[in-house]
Amino acid sequence: MTAPTGAAISIAGCGKTYPDGTRALSPVDLEVKAGETLVLLGPSGCGKTTLLRLIAGLETPDVGGRIAFDGADVTALPIEKRNVGMVFQSYALFPNMSVIDNVAYGLRVRGVATDARRAQAASVLAMMRIEALAERRIDQLSGGQRQRVALARALAVRPRVLLLDEPLTALDAALREHLRSEIDALLRRLAITAVYVTHDQAEALALGDRIVVMKNGAIAQVGTPREVYFQPADDYVAGFVGITNRLEGIVRNGRFETAAGILRVAAPDRAKARLLFRPEAVRLVSPADATLVFQVTQVEFQGPRQRVTLNAGDGTRIIAEAPADLPLSAGTAIGLVLDANRYILA
Amino acid sequence: MKTHRLTFAFQLFVTLLAAAFLMVPAGASILAGFTANYFRGVSSGLTLDWVKQVLALYSDTIWLSIGIALGTLAATLVLAVPAAWALVRRPSRLARIVEEVVTLPVAVPGLALALALILAYGAIREFRMSPAFILTGHVLYTLPFMLRSVMAVLAAVDIRSLEEGAASLGASPLQRFFHVVLPNAKGGILAGALMVVTLSIGEFNLTWMLHTPLTKTLPVGLADSYASMRLEIASAYTLVFFVMIVPLLLALQLFGRTTGSAR
Repeated sequence: MTAPTGAAISIAGCGKTYPDGTRALSPVDLEVKAGETLVLLGPSGCGKTTLLRLIAGLETPDVGGRIAFDGADVTALPIEKRNVGMVFQSYALFPNMSVIDNVAYGLRVRGVATDARRAQAASVLAMMRIEALAERRIDQLSGGQRQRVALARALAVRPRVLLLDEPLTALDAALREHLRSEIDALLRRLAITAVYVTHDQAEALALGDRIVVMKNGAIAQVGTPREVYFQPADDYVAGFVGITNRLEGIVRNGRFETAAGILRVAAPDRAKARLLFRPEAVRLVSPADATLVFQVTQVEFQGPRQRVTLNAGDGTRIIAEAPADLPLSAGTAIGLVLDANRYILA
Repeated sequence: MKTHRLTFAFQLFVTLLAAAFLMVPAGASILAGFTANYFRGVSSGLTLDWVKQVLALYSDTIWLSIGIALGTLAATLVLAVPAAWALVRRPSRLARIVEEVVTLPVAVPGLALALALILAYGAIREFRMSPAFILTGHVLYTLPFMLRSVMAVLAAVDIRSLEEGAASLGASPLQRFFHVVLPNAKGGILAGALMVVTLSIGEFNLTWMLHTPLTKTLPVGLADSYASMRLEIASAYTLVFFVMIVPLLLALQLFGRTTGSAR
């Protein structure tokens, strides 16, 4: 199978308000480069699926919105005329057709002769390494197999754009990780333009060339996985990419002062400041060797590491990860060291 | 243990009694249809003469009933399947209202429905005199059964997602209907079809009001024969009706069981 060439997608001023007045998406502008994998990340109800359905042509944007593939306006085209491939969360495989007929369906409606389309479908099944399933019925497939068939069916028509709506959500954790790397390899090999919707930050970081973090029907941040991970635009994005610890305080004379102690920072004075960091960003040391001191309230041994709940003294609770062999016990004091490049001062 | 056995015996007795209460008249009626002279009893001999006479006298009603049942089936298929599709794919308050209105003829007495039809269209003489008048009544009455049966199946297979899947692959609305909607609605269509044919063949209430001397269906003919013919002929007629309707009822039962267990 030759690599399909992906189309660039340009979204301008596309919002979506439903007839009952609920606004699912505020007008957004977004460019997806040809061949790029763009991940829409956010909790349920943030508008990510609505944006995907607008790109697909399953919904029409509010007046003024415009969507173009490779510069050609497709806003008025229904999904069947856009030549997109779509993988649905429920897979939407046709129960009245065998696996190979499902995969060949897009070619069937394009008028490809039976033999030719079955041969093409078979080659896509071979690429997905599921040729053995060709004659199975859909209800005879496992969740992972259905997922592969759905992907094969979407790719068989050589779409310009591949759209994936939470394709791994219905699967168990181990299978999800396995299929995630398979999808990643496939998208890179095909160099197809892909828009991938998920609520799982690990999936987003692993798959995306760029990530769009969404919140309440608007875009909170667009960036590479590293940008989003290391320089989140705000608290919301920080929380979403795993920066769950937060200390309130002030900055005075190059020192961040908080209930747990002080930390030397390179920042101008500020009356209200927040220190944000990840559980895995800290080192726990003897209280004598640190300027930030906490009470250990809970220790959870997890095998390779320990998960420790700490109290700052003013009731602020933070979570820290510690090596498995560090002696820790609830009720004792512990020092916390944070290196300069491992926190965000907001 | 002993009381348990006693309870069982009592239950069996009551069940058999109830069954006998229902079966004896049916058995007597069937026997009457084969008896040479019912007043002299079975001793007068068994015969197929009455059945032959029924076929000679009333075969037109049998054919008309079959014709109307098939016509009703065709009309409900054409009307209800696309309607069910439309109602399931765009659930809205309007869709709920349409569904309720279509179901209304089941709740309204057949006589009232018939009277309404006569008042509205009785003046159109050709229509009033043709079997199409009865067919119209039957379609009104059976449509909700087909509609609900198909809607239930379409909702169960999540037809909206399947259609979106087909559309994403380039299928036009018409292709989607024939390749995805119809095949996946098959179970509901078949169950609905059996229901519609069974209801139409047995329908008396409405039909009695709507018929003319030239458009008598089987159940109307039955009522006629009870009123004006020898008991043996009426009984033989009932027998013919049984032979037609029982296989349909059995198929309905059997089908209901297989689709029920498949879910």
